[in-house]
Amino acid sequence: MSVRHAMLALLSEGPKYGLQLREEFEARTGEVWPLNVGQVYTTLQRLERDGLVESDDSGAEGPQKGFQITAAGERELAEWLRTPPDLSSPPRDELVMKVLVALRLPGTDVREVVQAHRRYLVQLMQQWTKIKEAEADDLGLVLAVDAELFRLDSVIRWLDMADARISRAGAGVTLPAATGPLPKQRRKAGTRP
Amino acid sequence: MSMLELRRVSKIYGEGAAQVQALADVSLSVDAGSMVAVMGPSGSGKSTLLTIAGSLEEPTEGAVLVDGRALAQMSRPAKAQLRRRVVGYVFQDFNLLPGLTAIENVSLPLELDGRPARKARSIGLQALEQLGLAERSSQYPDQLSGGERQRVAIARAIVGERRLLLADEPSGALDSTNAEAVMRLLHDACKQKSMAAVVVTHDAQLASWADRVVFLRDGRVVDQTSPVPGPESLLAPGQA
Repeated sequence: MSVRHAMLALLSEGPKYGLQLREEFEARTGEVWPLNVGQVYTTLQRLERDGLVESDDSGAEGPQKGFQITAAGERELAEWLRTPPDLSSPPRDELVMKVLVALRLPGTDVREVVQAHRRYLVQLMQQWTKIKEAEADDLGLVLAVDAELFRLDSVIRWLDMADARISRAGAGVTLPAATGPLPKQRRKAGTRP
Repeated sequence: MSMLELRRVSKIYGEGAAQVQALADVSLSVDAGSMVAVMGPSGSGKSTLLTIAGSLEEPTEGAVLVDGRALAQMSRPAKAQLRRRVVGYVFQDFNLLPGLTAIENVSLPLELDGRPARKARSIGLQALEQLGLAERSSQYPDQLSGGERQRVAIARAIVGERRLLLADEPSGALDSTNAEAVMRLLHDACKQKSMAAVVVTHDAQLASWADRVVFLRDGRVVDQTSPVPGPESLLAPGQA
């Protein structure tokens, strides 16, 4: 989540104070992404440095300092909204690595490892669903929770597929010690770790 | 109190070399007002568990108790009555009778159980109303959307004094929005009418509506979730 662009989006509605920005950010995301004050002010300082927002000249600092978006900030926001996030290169997924390691670790029941992660993810989804159930009228929250549920669901689907493949391969439970390297992570330089 | 209890239930189909063990030593207890989801890959025994729980099949070994009564000790008529009065079923393909309207589908089990037609209709309408379908009550199944058909099926499953709800992939034929609506309805029916519910699904998003999720593999319960904690842990600063 880009706090920087969320701040620009809130300021595109009109000038706001720092504290107000924090409160509105949390309210609009159903408090799914809490922010601390430090994050807000650091972000605002950087936006001001880059000419995307400007502060009022009241001389006040901290929560009383007002900010407004500049024309450059408006353009930056419009471009960001339409730019797809970089999903082209697979991130180094810790869960995938764990399953791949388990597959080659002597004496390890891979399907038991898969199930442990599946249970944890389903439990997380149960928690998110309870939040959605209780706050069904809060559209921002429901959308944010849906996104989280779909993300977790996709990981569980991968685990289900991995489980089925391992079962079919007869790797069922254990494999002999590794005879070759793990598949290389095909990542572009500069992508997030 | 347990509305449904499976005690060390096993089910074997076929004989000799063709023998298939569908369930092996499965124990499960579901309280009134509680929803349990059963997840597992195809062939793991999910649907068999459901048909045995609903007395549509008998276990090879073990005992099934519904509302404290052991099914094995009940006569055939008593079991048939239990299926009509106590157990509500929801299936993936709705299983509505095409020649009957929505209200006729919903009130049929009550009439079969001896309720006068007018009374059965009135109770059926209440159930349809609960699911927001009162205005569609005189439509035939082929005049309803998939989501509406499943809501009619849910109304039929919860109508009257049903206390055990058994659903087999209830949203399998629906899109995400209708699937969530169906799970929400099942969840609400379970809580409001204090029914025990067992929902078989391969869909984790739907299973997440349950109070507890049980995982089956090769006919055995291999795992289950712990009680769901509150939202605090997910909403702590810096967590997301």
